[in-house]
Amino acid sequence: MALDLTSFWLAISNGELMANTLVKGTLTGLVYGLMALGLSVIFGVVRVVNFAHGEMMVVGMYGAWLLAVHAGLDPLLAMPVMAALLFAGGYLLQRGLINRFVTRPEHVQFLLLVAVAMILANTALMLFGPDARTVQVDYAFDSILVGPLILDLIRIYAAGFAILLTLLLFAFFRFTLTGKAIRAAADNLLGAQVIGLDHQRLYALTFGIGAAAVGAGGCLMLLLIDATPMIASDFTILGFIIVILGGLGSLMGALVGGILIGVSEALAGTLIEPSMKSMVSFGLLILVLLIRPQGLFGRRG
Amino acid sequence: MLEVEALSLFYGDMQALDQVSLTVPERQITAIVGANGAGKTSLIRAIAGIHRPSSGRVRYAGQDITGWPSHRTVNLGIGQVAEGRQLFPTLTVRENLELGAAVPRARQAARRTLDDVLALFPRLAERQTQLAGTLSGGEQQMVAIGRCLMGQPDLIMFDEPSLGLAPAVVQDVFRIIRDLAARGLTLVLVEQNVRASLTLAHQAYVLETGRIVLHGTGADLLADDGVRRAYLGG
Repeated sequence: MALDLTSFWLAISNGELMANTLVKGTLTGLVYGLMALGLSVIFGVVRVVNFAHGEMMVVGMYGAWLLAVHAGLDPLLAMPVMAALLFAGGYLLQRGLINRFVTRPEHVQFLLLVAVAMILANTALMLFGPDARTVQVDYAFDSILVGPLILDLIRIYAAGFAILLTLLLFAFFRFTLTGKAIRAAADNLLGAQVIGLDHQRLYALTFGIGAAAVGAGGCLMLLLIDATPMIASDFTILGFIIVILGGLGSLMGALVGGILIGVSEALAGTLIEPSMKSMVSFGLLILVLLIRPQGLFGRRG
Repeated sequence: MLEVEALSLFYGDMQALDQVSLTVPERQITAIVGANGAGKTSLIRAIAGIHRPSSGRVRYAGQDITGWPSHRTVNLGIGQVAEGRQLFPTLTVRENLELGAAVPRARQAARRTLDDVLALFPRLAERQTQLAGTLSGGEQQMVAIGRCLMGQPDLIMFDEPSLGLAPAVVQDVFRIIRDLAARGLTLVLVEQNVRASLTLAHQAYVLETGRIVLHGTGADLLADDGVRRAYLGG
């Protein structure tokens, strides 16, 4: 495949096209950010990498699809339901299983979570088959014009709710006693034990919150792409890239990393080829690892 | 108030505590003295439920609390000012203090307790919004003590509260410890400053390689030849 330089220059010199690409990428990226936020929160507190993150997102997508098909629920309304279900699932998974592995070597944790990922992906495959599942909402093709920008309503809704949920998470960690306790346990585990914080419960809450965030992200994602079991591992990797870009454990970093990946994917799609978009994301990852290995918002050390 | 009976603790193969027995009477200061690595911190953490003893008993206020996790022991009123202070450096001073009252027993009265603590440490009142990690060592120790008081403890175990502090601040810390004892709190004091802690203590235990080797009043141990040679420089 040869790069078509003429079309590349035509595209890049087309201001309207570029502006629309940037906006579209930013809106998609905000949903990516919400998805990756869960991964970042879990790692930042529990110090376990959730290798089943994309699979959990797919659970959210299929849940929203089921609620749409059988109850006529809009994915935006399915979101609180799926967030609650995934919170419960994440809480129980941490409480019943992962808490026993927190002090075990990393490769053991890796195997544990890969096993969880396999079980989730194959369950999805068994229940729903390999076919793409999609939801039709009546605003699917609506858009609004802002000057030269054509904004898809569906993307605006998805991005808007992603921002709203991210702000809620920020507020939770900043202002509630439980949120502060979770930050404290991440900051100094021994200190948390010294003052009688129940860190195993806080870890379970954290995993629940991370799973709820990615479950909600899955509902929003269903507005943008089709659900298939095969995208799960792609999104686990996408989540890693975003979180490493932004800095492991940083909420702000996950959001900015999500936007960066959303924009770079959109640019790659417009300027080069849609199928090249993940190559650009990986390129960006390598660049950040070279120049700023702790990520854009990560702390050194 | 607190009774420890034949408590043993292992880290893997290494034995940190070997059949330690001691009694901490109510409203008194009990000092635990010993060299580095003698097991003082291990003892405190085993009582607090941060480490799980392999055998022996811990009783508090008549209740068997052996092996209870720390979120339960702290909620019983067993507070701790840990070695190295163990603050939350990226949280503000106020958040550090608030979290001290996160245990159920202290949550109701948290606001009032915070006022008391800030009155006790006016310096902290000025620095409430500062990140705890940016404070001086002495100020950090005040936060650690204040955070412990936020949990409304009846018993406080101090682990090396004067370690690494400037001499003037060390005086402050000992003054606070005396004040807390005067308020009727029960105190356990682990200190590398052996002379100061024995002077302050009603009774003391000497811990050597995980074993209690000596027990007496603070004055007795101050006069003991072995103690003088080992810990007081002759």
